[in-house]
Amino acid sequence: MQTITRRKALGLGAGAVLVLTVGDVRGVLATPAESDAEIAKFTGGKALEKGKIAIDLPEIAENGNTVPLSIVVDHPMTEQNYISDILVVADGNPRPGVAAFHLTPAAGKATAATRIRLQATQNIIVVAKTSGGQFFTDRKQVKVTIGGCGG
Amino acid sequence: MAEKPRLKVPKEAKKGEIIEIKTLLSHPMETGLRKDQAGNVIPRKILNKFTCEFNGKPVFSADLEPAVAANPYIQFNAKVDESGTFKFTWTDDDGTVTTTEEQIKVV
Repeated sequence: MQTITRRKALGLGAGAVLVLTVGDVRGVLATPAESDAEIAKFTGGKALEKGKIAIDLPEIAENGNTVPLSIVVDHPMTEQNYISDILVVADGNPRPGVAAFHLTPAAGKATAATRIRLQATQNIIVVAKTSGGQFFTDRKQVKVTIGGCGG
Repeated sequence: MAEKPRLKVPKEAKKGEIIEIKTLLSHPMETGLRKDQAGNVIPRKILNKFTCEFNGKPVFSADLEPAVAANPYIQFNAKVDESGTFKFTWTDDDGTVTTTEEQIKVV
């Protein structure tokens, strides 16, 4: 009898993930184009500057039903210049929108954390808007073993 | 909704201190994409809006999508310059509003 070693089990898991991403499932999921459209709606087509945002997400999420997400934007929060909005978009979920946070100088610090659902391995894109109309962005990939959007 | 929100807000803070606030409200956050055993789509029911005010002034708010996990947990910061009351509200798709308040004292 053949025993399944840890290595083999991992291999099987990786294979399953590959099938999920390459397979037909793509059809019902949001495409990167859709998430780009969501971002364009938020920015009004303005240019995005990369950086200033720290996205804390697990590299591998075993359960896509609840994935901890934490965002810290390295930016002052003064009355004159603060982060007013933070948009979170996922490019491989049934719908691209995840959440939008709206901040005021009374928040003191440009941070937000929550738990999100991820259907498959994908990029999480965060866009932060300053009160002056500047935009910062960054993204992080999460590998998802079991999707969390039902279906 | 009968569920009581869970909050973590410090009781006291120094003037100008930036405190951390954690909130959680039990809610299924039904995506509207799942099907029951008979194959019928379970209708969408999520909390779509969360807001936090301090002494009547907005501090933080969030628009939530079905991609936010069940029992939405939200963590953020607030700068406290005076004693007062934080007011938290969650709005359900069906219009139900859950509200709770928490006092903080500046020492």
